[in-house]
Amino acid sequence: MLTPDILAAAVVNGLTTGAVYALIAVGLTLVYGVLHIVNFAHGAILAAAMFAAYFAFQYGVDPYVALAPLAVVFFGLGYAAQRLVIGPASHGEDRNVLLVTLGLSIVIENLLLAAFSSDTRSINTTYGFATIRLGPLFVSLPKAIGFGVSCAVGMTLWALLNYTDIGKAIRAVAKERMGARLVGIDPPHVFAVTFGLSAACLAIAACVLLPVYYVDPRVGEAYVLIAFTIVVLGGMGSIAGAMVGGLLIGVVESLSGLLLGDSLGQLGIYLIFILVLLLRPRGLFGATA
Amino acid sequence: MRPYLSIVIVALALAALASLAHSNTLANSLVTATIIALAGYGWNLLGGYGGQYSFGHAAFFGAAAYVDAVAQARYGVNAYAAFVLATAAAALVGVVIGYLSFRAGLRGSYFALITLAFAEVMRVLANAAGITGGAAGTLIRLAPSPSHFQFVGRQPYLWIVLVLVTLAMIATRAVERSRFGAYLVAVRENEAAARALGVDALRVKLQAIVISAALTGLAGALYAQYFLFVDASIAFGPWISIEALAAPIVGGLGTVFGPLVGALALDGFGEAAHAVAGRTPGIELALYGALLVLVVAVARDGLQGLAVRFFAARRAGAA
Amino acid sequence: MTAPLLVLEGLTKRFGGLTAIDGVSLTLPCGGVTGIIGPNGAGKTTLFSLIAGSERANTGRVLFDGGDVTRLPANARAVRGIGRTFQITQPFAGMSVRENVAVGAYLRHARRNDALARAAEIAERVGLGGRLDAPAASLTVSARKRLEVARALATEPKLLLLDEILAGLNPSEVREFAPVVRALSAQGITVMMIEHVMHAVMNLCAHLYVLAEGRLIAQGPPAEVTRDPLVIESYLGKGAAARLARGGGHG
Ligand SMILES: Nc1ncnc2c1ncn2[C@@H]1O[C@H](COP(=O)(O)OP(=O)(O)O)[C@@H](O)[C@H]1O
Ligand SMILES: [Mg+2]
Repeated sequence: MLTPDILAAAVVNGLTTGAVYALIAVGLTLVYGVLHIVNFAHGAILAAAMFAAYFAFQYGVDPYVALAPLAVVFFGLGYAAQRLVIGPASHGEDRNVLLVTLGLSIVIENLLLAAFSSDTRSINTTYGFATIRLGPLFVSLPKAIGFGVSCAVGMTLWALLNYTDIGKAIRAVAKERMGARLVGIDPPHVFAVTFGLSAACLAIAACVLLPVYYVDPRVGEAYVLIAFTIVVLGGMGSIAGAMVGGLLIGVVESLSGLLLGDSLGQLGIYLIFILVLLLRPRGLFGATA
Repeated sequence: MRPYLSIVIVALALAALASLAHSNTLANSLVTATIIALAGYGWNLLGGYGGQYSFGHAAFFGAAAYVDAVAQARYGVNAYAAFVLATAAAALVGVVIGYLSFRAGLRGSYFALITLAFAEVMRVLANAAGITGGAAGTLIRLAPSPSHFQFVGRQPYLWIVLVLVTLAMIATRAVERSRFGAYLVAVRENEAAARALGVDALRVKLQAIVISAALTGLAGALYAQYFLFVDASIAFGPWISIEALAAPIVGGLGTVFGPLVGALALDGFGEAAHAVAGRTPGIELALYGALLVLVVAVARDGLQGLAVRFFAARRAGAA
Repeated sequence: MTAPLLVLEGLTKRFGGLTAIDGVSLTLPCGGVTGIIGPNGAGKTTLFSLIAGSERANTGRVLFDGGDVTRLPANARAVRGIGRTFQITQPFAGMSVRENVAVGAYLRHARRNDALARAAEIAERVGLGGRLDAPAASLTVSARKRLEVARALATEPKLLLLDEILAGLNPSEVREFAPVVRALSAQGITVMMIEHVMHAVMNLCAHLYVLAEGRLIAQGPPAEVTRDPLVIESYLGKGAAARLARGGGHG
């Protein structure tokens, strides 16, 4: 029976999941908006971050504690990956970027596979099954935390882009590459910072995901297509679009899972993705990249 | 005849290699590598010559593999007829995906993404549908006799793939030397300029994806016929999409020998990696990825281009 | 009076809020060299794009050689006989000069040998004969302009649209180009050229159109048009014509 309570629970569940999707998508869309490239290694970096959080937990560090340091570490890794590998290797050609990031994703995923095997791992925390009450509804505590963290990161990112020097530089490069160079901005540095920010978002996403989800070397694949869908839906390059798109996809997935069952729910994501690409390649909100 | 001479020489060299491959392991390795080369020839036509990078050639490979297997296993279709049907099915999938994507004007990353999504949709469907045998996959009944397109030992398969790869090389050369080929490369280089010269870009891209899908489909049908089994992750999994693009890129994008050179080299690298690192899963593909990045970074024209430049330098040095 | 080759009826093209072409109508007879001049940003290139089909008009019609081509895409218009060059040259960078031109030649010659032979012939005519096997990416500005002309010419157009093919060339290169254009016209191709190099325009064109802010503001023989106060003002700003007439000219 579909009571209003069950529906409401599904919506809330969708919103909390969707917030984490948004967190994953926001880095992807940021990189697209600034570098005009699609980073196919996005999912693999997420998987790597989840493994990092997993092993931190094995050494007694709670994911929520590991969140900040991991974000810093992944910022550095992302910066280095763009500055040392993706940038130089692609010679400024979009087609090459596609291949280089695909290559990177294959390397990362399979190194994880070689190192940790394809076993599925998850962590046991004291709060893993805790819930909080929200009127008539019970919401999983870690998911509520994930929701809060995602919103905080989204707002921080927005403030960063609008009020800091580096944020302004990023926006300048996104608009007008040549012009930015003329006013003394160093685009390779800005590109790398953008990539670093994207990786940092993934590290944060990994830390809020781990208490409620499992990790294996291919876990990123499950998210990356969803993230792509959100990015396309929200308009490639639009951060607000990614946040709203993430919540929307989360709710759609949750509701279609409730109404259609799980495996078809997965299909739904792909179909939405294909339809959006075919019908509204500029995204539902009409943002142009 | 001149433009095809090098193909004849390479085909003869392959034949010599094949007749020396007495051990089953070597023959087996060669069969898989050349099947991948064949899939790579399909990718190369659309991606190398046409500049449309697909990340989902598994859709064509898998469609053919499934049609080949299901037609025989469920409907008792003759193996050769199933083979032809399978290739045609792949071409049909190519028409549909191509029409939808190119009509919508998708290119670059968008085209890569949508092909990936189509392949994934087909994987999920094949894994759930009844007709494909669901998660259990489909077995082709073992009946080793030429009338069933099944043979004892690996050698006969090797000869068949070699013939098909040779045909793929000839087809690639023929495209290079045709109006269609010139138009295809023109669309890759600059679509607006090509249109102003009378090139119907949509039509050219559609023709390319159909031939591309059929060639990759040929590889898929052969794969099913060789292993007598398909399931969703073999047929539509990302591995074949990656191999189909890695072979031509590593070997030499948009060249006649690129996919073959690349597939053999990747196979060699894979074997070498096994020898060094043992059979740890992942090592081989990780190496593929690294090689892909490396080739894009330092050798845009792939191993073949490297070799050409190396010999040119040698000759210049000797002169 | 023969039937006109090209008729534009009330063509308008908007880019977002900007009206790049604003109700342009004109009738072009068969044959001859017609010039289009106008300040930067006047919409000249956009007008060519509308004629060649690289852009679609928001309103208005394009009639060519007795048929309505308004709804036809660029490639179909090339088949009908409209050829264009691009002001910002658009070579197929990865191909040789011969291959570049052959793409155009394939339109009327489906066989490879015919198309290649034709391409070599045409490259020769525009002065690229010595560079047939050079990669297009390696060409100088002037050679790229020639390549643009050769490619368009290879489609055997009835109407050839030349967009600033003389810009960026040195005076001796400009002098070399004039006979090429005259020869095309002599051969029966109707030529329309956008040009800033005024002495070349005066030399080559029998008729000029002047475009400013998307509108046709004047037309006629070059000597007359260039004395038109409206035209002078569109280039030099308000009051310039009066100052020029007073003999100042600086300013
Ligand atoms: N594709 C386009 N999108 C937006 N604006 C354009 C586009 N093409 C041209 N414009 C604008 O239309 C106006 C006319 O441009 P153009 O036709 O190139 O002028 P001209 O060739 O006379 O210098 C200019 O203001 C230009 O910025
Ligand atoms: Mg112009």
